[in-house]
Amino acid sequence: MKLKGNIAISESGFVFDSSTGESYNLNSVGKDILNLMKENKSEEDIKRQILQDYDVEPEALESSYYDFTRMLSQFNLIEHEK
Amino acid sequence: MKNRLTIAVTGLNNTDNPGPGIPVIRGIRDSKDFDVRIIGLAYENLEPGIYMDHMVDKTYQIPYPSAGIDNILRRMAYIQAKENIDVLIPNFDAELYSFMKAEKRLEEMGIQTFLPEIKQFEERHKSALPEFGKKYHVNVPKSINITSYNEIYTIKDEFQYPVLVKGKFYDAYIAYNEEQVINHFNKISAKWGLPIIIQEFVKGTEVNVVALGDGKGNTMGAVAMRKQYITDKGKAWGGITIHDDKMLDLTHQLIANTKWRGGMELEMIKTTDGEYYLIEINPRIPAWVYLAVGAGQNIPEALVKLAIGEEVTPMTYYESGIMFIRYSFDMIGNISQFEQISMTGELDKKEINHSTLNF
Repeated sequence: MKLKGNIAISESGFVFDSSTGESYNLNSVGKDILNLMKENKSEEDIKRQILQDYDVEPEALESSYYDFTRMLSQFNLIEHEK
Repeated sequence: MKNRLTIAVTGLNNTDNPGPGIPVIRGIRDSKDFDVRIIGLAYENLEPGIYMDHMVDKTYQIPYPSAGIDNILRRMAYIQAKENIDVLIPNFDAELYSFMKAEKRLEEMGIQTFLPEIKQFEERHKSALPEFGKKYHVNVPKSINITSYNEIYTIKDEFQYPVLVKGKFYDAYIAYNEEQVINHFNKISAKWGLPIIIQEFVKGTEVNVVALGDGKGNTMGAVAMRKQYITDKGKAWGGITIHDDKMLDLTHQLIANTKWRGGMELEMIKTTDGEYYLIEINPRIPAWVYLAVGAGQNIPEALVKLAIGEEVTPMTYYESGIMFIRYSFDMIGNISQFEQISMTGELDKKEINHSTLNF
């Protein structure tokens, strides 16, 4: 899953899509996930990093991660697979 | 050395339905190449731009376009004798036709303009949009022109409600049924005349581009914006620059094919599928042009340079994520200013006489 190239993320978790003008607010977990995606990290690597940095059970992360990425897709922030 | 120029500008109505005059003036005043004297041309004596500081040096009232070209030119000749205007930038759709028609005669007076040609102006009319789309291979919403009540009842055969009901020059309303179409038909036709345009309602995000064509097919500047805050009149009260290659390609393609001369605003709807529908081409600089200046493209300055025959390098870069937010502000003035413009049709910001009103 790859983040679109025109997505900017600030340190505060503010996200700006320069192709649509839409902006979003993220909490720190969301910000970290997006930043890791921006670095082209694999899903496994991202989850491993989040488990390491936050006090969260793997099952809970699994379901939240799924919801979160679905939302990113809905908001058109993800490159469509070719 | 800076080029000294006298530039006349209309559209000083900086209201909640703002004219482009003040933003155009701000762009020109920002220029590092010009030293300008700005002559405001106003239709109404309460256009806020007349009274704003550091914008207009002197304002003259001019007759409405409906008074006829000869009356407008007579007034322009009087103003020209006093001011020696180099460039005139008209900013209202409704006045453009008169100034385009008068282009040669204005030039003889020494006043340069940089306006679309009559053919370009005519073929992009809202009422001619379907033909325009076909000719230049651009998606446009389906639309028909109606001139009578009877035709309202045939809308349901061709469109699905809701539809957009639009005036020839201004105003657009959504109608969900025939009763609402009748209501809007009456309101718009009383103000702007006929025809009324019934347009398919395309769902999506409204995105706009301000652009400048050199008349030879080249785009001298283009900046895309998404409205963030829209007034009840449908005007942008806040907006943000965006980068969208598809939209900019479409703009370049349109300017190349039409050989557009002058400023323009493209209004488009981007659907959720990423398709673009052109809903309107305004044949002039829009009121949000100062956002383009802030993002790195001084389109008013480039237009002035083209008008006086200077070389302009096409502006290809602008920053995305630059915002504008309008605000309202109460200026305090003296009755003498109003007295002066009302009684003499002129107001020089530096020569305001004290009123001789006796209470």
